[in-house]
Formats: sequence, C-alpha cells, structure tokens
Amino acid sequence: MRLSNIAGQTIIGWDWRKALETRIFPELSDDDKGEENAAPKSQLQAGVTLAKRYLIQEVVGLGGMGSVYRARDMHFPNVNKLVAVKEMIISAPDPLVRETIVQNFEREANLLATLHHPSIPKIYDYFTLESRSYLVLEFIHGKDLEAVISDASGFLLEEQVLTWAVALCDVLDYLHKHKPDPIIFRDMKPSNIMINSSGELMLVDFGIAKAFQTGIKGTMIGTEGYSPPEQYRGEATQAADIYSLGATIHHALTRRDPRLEPPFSFAERPIKRINQSVSSELEVIVERALEYDPVNRFKSAAEMRDALTALARKTGILVRAGSLPATPVNTDGIKPLWKFKCEDEIRGTPTISQGALYIGSYDNNLYSLDASDGKFQWKYPTDGGIVSCPTVVDGNIYVGSEDKILHVVSARSGKVVWTYYTEGPIRSSPRIADGHVFIGSDDKYLHAVNMNTGRMVWRFETADAIRSTPFVMNDMIYFGGETGDYYAINFRAEIKWRFRAKRAITSSTVGTGQAVYFTSMDGTLYALDPRNGWVLWRYRLGKSSISTPCIVDDLIITGAADGFIYAVEAKSSKEAWRFRTEHQVNGSPVIYKDSLYCGSVDGNLYCLEYRTGRLRWKFSTEGAITGTPLVYDDVVYVGSTDHNVYALLA
Amino acid sequence: MAKFFRWLSGLFGNRPKPEKKMDTANTAPLTEDQLKAIVNNQNVQFELQQLVSAAGQSVGKQRELNEDSVLAITTTMAGNSGNLPFGLYIVADGMGGHQFGEVASNAAIRTVAGLVLKKFHPYLFQVKTDSIEESFQEIMSDAVNEAQRIIQREAPGSGTTLTAALVLGQQITIAHVGDSRANFIYPDGRIETVTRDHSLVQRLQELGHITPEEAENYPHRNVLYKALGQGDLLEPEIFSIAFPQPGTLMISSDGLWGVVAEQDIIHAVNEAPNLQRACQNLVSAANAAGGPDNISVVLAQLIG
Repeated sequence: MRLSNIAGQTIIGWDWRKALETRIFPELSDDDKGEENAAPKSQLQAGVTLAKRYLIQEVVGLGGMGSVYRARDMHFPNVNKLVAVKEMIISAPDPLVRETIVQNFEREANLLATLHHPSIPKIYDYFTLESRSYLVLEFIHGKDLEAVISDASGFLLEEQVLTWAVALCDVLDYLHKHKPDPIIFRDMKPSNIMINSSGELMLVDFGIAKAFQTGIKGTMIGTEGYSPPEQYRGEATQAADIYSLGATIHHALTRRDPRLEPPFSFAERPIKRINQSVSSELEVIVERALEYDPVNRFKSAAEMRDALTALARKTGILVRAGSLPATPVNTDGIKPLWKFKCEDEIRGTPTISQGALYIGSYDNNLYSLDASDGKFQWKYPTDGGIVSCPTVVDGNIYVGSEDKILHVVSARSGKVVWTYYTEGPIRSSPRIADGHVFIGSDDKYLHAVNMNTGRMVWRFETADAIRSTPFVMNDMIYFGGETGDYYAINFRAEIKWRFRAKRAITSSTVGTGQAVYFTSMDGTLYALDPRNGWVLWRYRLGKSSISTPCIVDDLIITGAADGFIYAVEAKSSKEAWRFRTEHQVNGSPVIYKDSLYCGSVDGNLYCLEYRTGRLRWKFSTEGAITGTPLVYDDVVYVGSTDHNVYALLA
Repeated sequence: MAKFFRWLSGLFGNRPKPEKKMDTANTAPLTEDQLKAIVNNQNVQFELQQLVSAAGQSVGKQRELNEDSVLAITTTMAGNSGNLPFGLYIVADGMGGHQFGEVASNAAIRTVAGLVLKKFHPYLFQVKTDSIEESFQEIMSDAVNEAQRIIQREAPGSGTTLTAALVLGQQITIAHVGDSRANFIYPDGRIETVTRDHSLVQRLQELGHITPEEAENYPHRNVLYKALGQGDLLEPEIFSIAFPQPGTLMISSDGLWGVVAEQDIIHAVNEAPNLQRACQNLVSAANAAGGPDNISVVLAQLIG
C-alpha cells in the first residue's frame, strides 16, 4: 500500500486523470492495433448513428478508455459536416469510480465550452448512453505532434518548431489568464498537440486541465516524462506547464522521447549535442523552461513567448530556412604512417606477430610486411583469393584460401609447413584451440585438424557453406552457417544444441560466460545462452548483417548493411548509440583504449568514441573497407579494396 | 516435519566443506585481461543444477489490507540441451485508492505469470506446444505490456510495482517497474541491488539534489515516477544477468527492504538453515521494526 500519507482526495484526482486520458486522433501505434484486435466488439461500427444525429464513419484513434471516431453530423443534411466523437467506455466495476469518471467527463465538456481560442477545439455536444460517455468536438484534419516527430525522416526544422512553440505559449497564456481561475493544462506533451494540414496547431485533451485553486495540492504519480519535478510533489502551477512545454520542444528538436529516459534528465541531453543545427539561442530558451527549480523558469507563458519571438526576429530564423553548419570534424590531414600496395583487392583482416604484419589479398598472396615501415618481407602464393584472417601460433601462420586449402606457413621464411585440403573455397578464418585448428569451408563442413600433423581429426557436416569463424569457449565450439543454422558442438564433434536464425549467419561469434553474440542476414543481433541456446534477447538492426560484434564494457557493438554501427547494452539489449556511415558496414568494429575503429564500404575508416559513438576522425581510402582493422601499439592497420594496406596513428 | 527440516538443513545449512589443499605449484602471474577472462567464463557449467525457492508475506502491523502480491514457481523444463531449472518469481506492490491496489498487483502477477508460463509450460494450459520464437526479454516485455493494459482496463487509476525474475538455467531475466527490488546476497556478506528504483527519491539522489541522508527522511519517499498501470507509454526495465553462484536472489517489496537494515537482511538470509526459515526471519524482522507496510519476499538459490 502506498500514498497513505497523501489525502484520499488527491488520489481521486489521479483517477480522473487516468479516466480521461483519451487521445484524439493519434496515428495508430502497434499497441493500439493489438488493442483493436483484442476488443473489436466494443467499438462502434461505421454506419451506426449515435444519438440519432452522429453518423459514425471510422475510428480515428484509440485511448485508454475508448475510441475516437470521425462522424458526420446529420443535423446538417445538405453539407458534409464532420465532427470528432470521443468515446469513453466505463468498465470500472466500482460505482464510486464510475460516478467520478462520468463527473469528470462532464467537467471536461463544461470547461471546453467556456474556452474560445483558435488553438482549442470547439465543443458541440456531450451525452452519456448507458456505460459510455461521448464528447462531440471540432474535427481536426491532421495528426498529433508525436506522430509528426516519429514519422519525420530527420530532425524537424527549427523554424517550424519555433512557430509551434510560439503558438503553444500563446494558448498557455490564454489558459493561465482565464477568469475567474487560471487553468493549468497539466498535460502538455506532443500527443496532446494536433497539427492540422495547414500546419496550425490545436491543444487537445482537457481531461486533467485544472482551474487553479491556491492551497490545494494534487498528486501525480507515474508521469509521462514531460512533467516537472514539483508536479511529483503535487504542485500544479503555471511554471509546471512551462516546463512541460520545454520538454515538448526538446522532444521535437531532438527526437528523443523523454518518456523513455529517466525523469528530469534533459540537462544530460543538451539539444545541440543531438541536433547540431539548432541555434544556441533556442537551446538557451528551452533550457530555461526546463530549469529544475520553478523560480528559475520563465515567469509566465507570455514571457517565454516574448523570448521566442525576439529570437525569431533577431536571428531572422522565421524567414531563413537554412541551418547552422555542423561542428567541423577532423577529416583531412590524416596521413598514413605507411601504405603498401598489393596487386588486387584486400577484403580481409590483418594480423600482427613479432613485428610483422600478415595479410591476405585477392591477388592470391599472403603477405608479410614489416609492421613498423610497411616494407615487404615475403609473400606466399596460393591459388585463390584470401579473405580469411591469418592466425599465428608458435611461429606458424594458419590461413584459408579460396583455393579450398588451409595453408600453414613458417612466419620467418614464408615457406609452407603443411597444407590441408577441403572440398570448397575457404572464407572462414582458422581458430586454434587445444592442439587443433578449427575452420569452416564452403564444402559445408567444419574441419578439425591436428595442428602438428595437418591431419583431419574430424569434420562436422552442416547443410550449407560455413563462412563464419568458429568461436571456442569452455571446450565448446560455436559457429553459424549459410542456412541460418547455428551450432554449439564439443571437441568430439557432438552437437550440444542448435539454433536457427531466419537467414544466413556469416558473422562470427563473440561471447562471455553469460552469452554468445552474433548477427545474421535476417537483420538481427542475437544473444544466446552459451549453455543451452535459449535466446536471451534479439536486437533488430536496420538491415541484414555479416559484421561480427565486439564486446566492450557493457556494450555489444556491431555493423549492418544499412550503414550503421550499433552499440547495444549487453544486459538490457537497449541501444546505447548508433553511428551512420555512408554505406554497408560489413567488417567488425575493434576497440583500442577509449576508441572504436571500424571500416565501411563507403571507403572510410572511422574512429569513434566508443562510449558515445561520437566521431573522432575518419580516414578515406579509394575503395571499400570490408575487413576489420587491427590496432596494436597505437597503430591501426587496415586493408582496402583499393589494394592498399594502411598504417595510421590510432 | 522436524525430519524434513533436518534434511533441508543438511542440504543447505551445514554442508561439509571440502578440505582445502595448499597449492604448491609455481605459476606465472596472469595479466589483468587474462584474469578477467577467466572470471567471466568461470561459471559456465553444463550440469543440471537444483533451483530452490521460498516466499514469505505479511500484511504488517499498521495496515488493514494487503495490497502486495507474490508468486514463486520452481520447476524444470525440457530444453534444447536437457532439463533446465525453471523459476518464475514475482513481487508486486499495489497502490492507489479504493482498495484498488490489490486489484492491480493481483492482475499484474496473474497476467505476467499466465503469459510466461503459457510460453514455457503450455501443457499446463492444455495448449499445443510450439517452439518459442521470442527471446526471454521479449517474452517478459510482452507480458508486462499486457499486464499494463489489463490493469488500465480493470482498475483505472490504480497502479503497482512489479519485479519479476524469470530463471532458466543460470540466466535470470528481470522485468522491473517501480520500487520493489531484486537483490543478490552473497555468502561473504555482500548485498547487491540489481534493480533501480523508479522512485522520486531515488531519482533526486541520482541527480544530486538530495543526499542519501536526506533521502532517509524525504517526505515523498513513496512517490514513484513509473508504475505498472500508469502512463500511456510504459518502458519496463528488462535485462538478463547471471544467477549468483554461490548466492541468493531476493525479491522484496519496500515493506521489507525499506524497513529492515541491510546487515540484518544479510544475516537473516545467510544464517538461516533453509530458505523457508530465512523468509520467516525476514518477515519477522520487518514486523519487529514496526511493520509499517505490507511485507513480501521471495528467495531463490541455484545449488550444485
């Protein structure tokens, strides 16, 4: 039990609020659709005439308590007069609650009837039929601001948001100056703001608007993220409406929904950090409206409106459509320490050992370069392109080639030690554990090869090519295949469990004792329990992915074909940040100190701050980067399809 | 009964400790990274383990009504790789006027447990067994969202906290809204809060507006900014975490954790001969401290 220290009356105040929480004309969200499917019977059907007057045309919205319909007013038979009919179904069993709900519905109606403002919808009628109450309002042809924000492909224009902010200050000013008592709207948020087809705005849902009586406290619990701190203490004042307006503008400018963030955390998300095109002046105004202490905010909606219009005049923003330039990022002036040109594309990943860099190329050679200056040491020719990442153990280099062979070469001399033949091209990279080399092949087998003799120990058959690199942890081998099957097998090739993704798994696995992580062509980043294959979580990427994730701190970071690099929290599968490149991200990110390095098919190597995803620098090559960079001793090594290997200062 | 307790205490209380052998081998020191990797991967086991649990509840000394609801279900389930321990543990602390608190907390438990069990144990509901497409986190999220909808329909205006832990094997997936808590209590006397209270007082502390000392006496300690049944967009906290081994998972309402000192909670759990007794001790301790609110607690351990 809770809230016992707060008078019973105030709790009823909360009930009213819930009871009347009905949105007018929101776009149908997924949840709403589910609700529609769950209870279609309770909705009025098109063609029904309500109170012998309102011909229901269609459902235009759903609220917590009922539907909102578009209807035609049949008292005007010769014109097509449309109205919005807001329905509230009273399903609460408690008679006291029922009575309260009806009373408050009527209160909203009576309140609306006394208001005259271009941004407040006109009320035409209200009535109660059995356990349903109806409010008949001006029909607004448009959608709510929440939908406008989420449907926009990018940030809304500052001038547009500024125009709306001025209009909202104006309507708040009207309400706050209402006689005899000021009206506190109390629920300013994007879903309560309708934007009509000509861009004008209407404030809807006066369910909890409250004539202000000093000395009486109301209670708010479970607010929407737009509410000010003092509202939790039961204070609903003009300053509270100003805060909520600030929160609404913040949401519109940043596209960050405050309901998904901790309360009062706007200061942690400065507008310009998210949307650099917003002017500092507007940021300052919004910050002032969002001041924690009400006395530091604007004294009135009129004062805030004056600040906004002064800004509009001063900067001429209302007539200027352009935006301020983004903060420049260091993109030039990065010179590689050295570069080395192969005879064909480099699509794979280098490795480093004892001062030598080893990398395969589509000119069929495995190269050994001096890591310090890029000087050629030797090359080892195969009969196919090499995308496989070489692995060095005990002075030997293990690498697969599209000539179907696993080659083992002496690191010092570049001479062959042994070879192992599979029946398909090898794109997988060797993984060495427990005296064995594990490697996948397009021949559909995962091969286990004795690392001393080069003899097959066993091979594990799957239904299609294996291009991922097996991951070994706790005497188990984890890998995915091109059919979308994912396997966990032990060192005796006995299958422990299997999982199936909807499409191919080309990505390799990374893991901890808690989970194994990989991506799939089905556009999902998966987290599976390594012991039994149960899915802990799935994170939807924008498109398919073959990028292998990396783990750092509490983040799983991976790329996808939609060009984004995604950072997802390992525990909660929540997105921490995402970074957009100009083309597919097929290679994997790597972490070095507090930076993340990742290539993109757009030709750039990106260096980001891994905790925030902020760009530090980028380095452009002449071709796509599909491999994974290697960072060692403050130097980044990366190959490009422009045939070059680059070494850059990290 | 006495025999039963002796058996249980044999099981949990006085397990013979294996003799320690001195390691005399010379070893090279491991690097920080190597150590971290070993620690990270240490608890990977494939053997079947025993999950045990107990629950306790009391109306307290000062309330007439119990608005808390508790659920503890422990079983096993046939999985991808043999039988796995399965547990579902929920504490919900209802709030609101008109005796609706218990309606909300009850609806929350009923809905969440119903949907989760239907997924994992469809035969209990006489429905066809289908393979599970969704992840643990998706199943928990769907269940919480459905509970939100049911509460808004059945008891508009009321609300409830919800801390629900789905245990499968060594994974705990927690769905959390409000200020009931999930804690890990370790045999070495540490206690860790794995959930974050969605309360005004917690948030003000996070923002540095009040100190922990001020929080103790803050007048609006009971005010939540997130509760099941309230708000039109609920974002429950959902995360997966490894079961503490060795250790105890505790889920409790603020009638317990807000009333009994941490040291006393640790003591009650670690010194009790079994989990049932530990629950009784915790409830008694909360009542002895005045029992200002309803008291609910669930304890669970993974053994073996």
